[in-house]
Amino acid sequence: MTVAIVRFGGSNCDRDAHRALSHLGIDADLVWYEEGLPEDTSGVLLPGGFSYGDYLRAGAMAARTPIMEEVREAVSEGVPMLGVCNGAQIGCESGLTPGTFTVNESARFQCEPVTLRVENAETPWTRAYEEGEVIELPIAHGEGRFEATEEELAALEREGRILFRYCDSGGEPTERANPNGSAGNVAGVVGESARVAVLMPHPERATLPELGRTDGAGVLRGFAES
Amino acid sequence: MTAYTATVTVRLKSGVLDPEAETTRRALERLEFDLEDLRAADVFEIDLEADSADDAERRAREMADRLLANPTIHDYDVEVAESG
Repeated sequence: MTVAIVRFGGSNCDRDAHRALSHLGIDADLVWYEEGLPEDTSGVLLPGGFSYGDYLRAGAMAARTPIMEEVREAVSEGVPMLGVCNGAQIGCESGLTPGTFTVNESARFQCEPVTLRVENAETPWTRAYEEGEVIELPIAHGEGRFEATEEELAALEREGRILFRYCDSGGEPTERANPNGSAGNVAGVVGESARVAVLMPHPERATLPELGRTDGAGVLRGFAES
Repeated sequence: MTAYTATVTVRLKSGVLDPEAETTRRALERLEFDLEDLRAADVFEIDLEADSADDAERRAREMADRLLANPTIHDYDVEVAESG
């Protein structure tokens, strides 16, 4: 049971993710993308960062590397995958998860804590929470605005594929609480299987008690649950 | 085989917010230019050898479909001309 944390040139949250998973007792290894997925891979974490310098679009280049074909195959066999921040952009660019993440409404890089409402607590990544629970995680991105057509968004909602929405402290997904202009205040979604998920906020930065809040631990525990 | 240049222009679909274009528009207005709107687009000029202009266009479209454009937010068009 080893989670492969896939590093691309420009990944920079890989060690944070490793430390956070280790803290939770989840075995994980850092894997350079050119090496391919190890045979004992039981989970895949695509970490945050700036793979390929965000050339063309954030995540566009990494999504088209050979290791992502291996990730696609592993996922089709039921291996869980979590994409965080740049990993979320890679997940959407590769088509493993719906929609896309693009330039923040502010046109600025934003690094701040946000509050999120748990929309579906029945996934491996949200089972630690109650539906409607409000948690706090940090964001750090310039291209985090979720975009999907109205029809796609309605379908995601109907199918329970929205994991988290940006909300105020009372749990209301208001425009003011939406840090980047995301459609439907969406901060994270699952793919066709709930075992495949992406989110822009950073659970690995809110897992170690010495860093303060530990609201993100429940997301990472999805690797142990699934 | 003939040398062609395929020009792929990738634009945001109508209705998709473009914060960078909006920021650029505001900067132009600060410089006291009078304008109604501004749209930004990415242009890729691809030199390639192909049997025909149709073949060059087909290949450029495949490049746009597989990498240059993201179908969730982009439309694109392709123009092909003989190089030289």
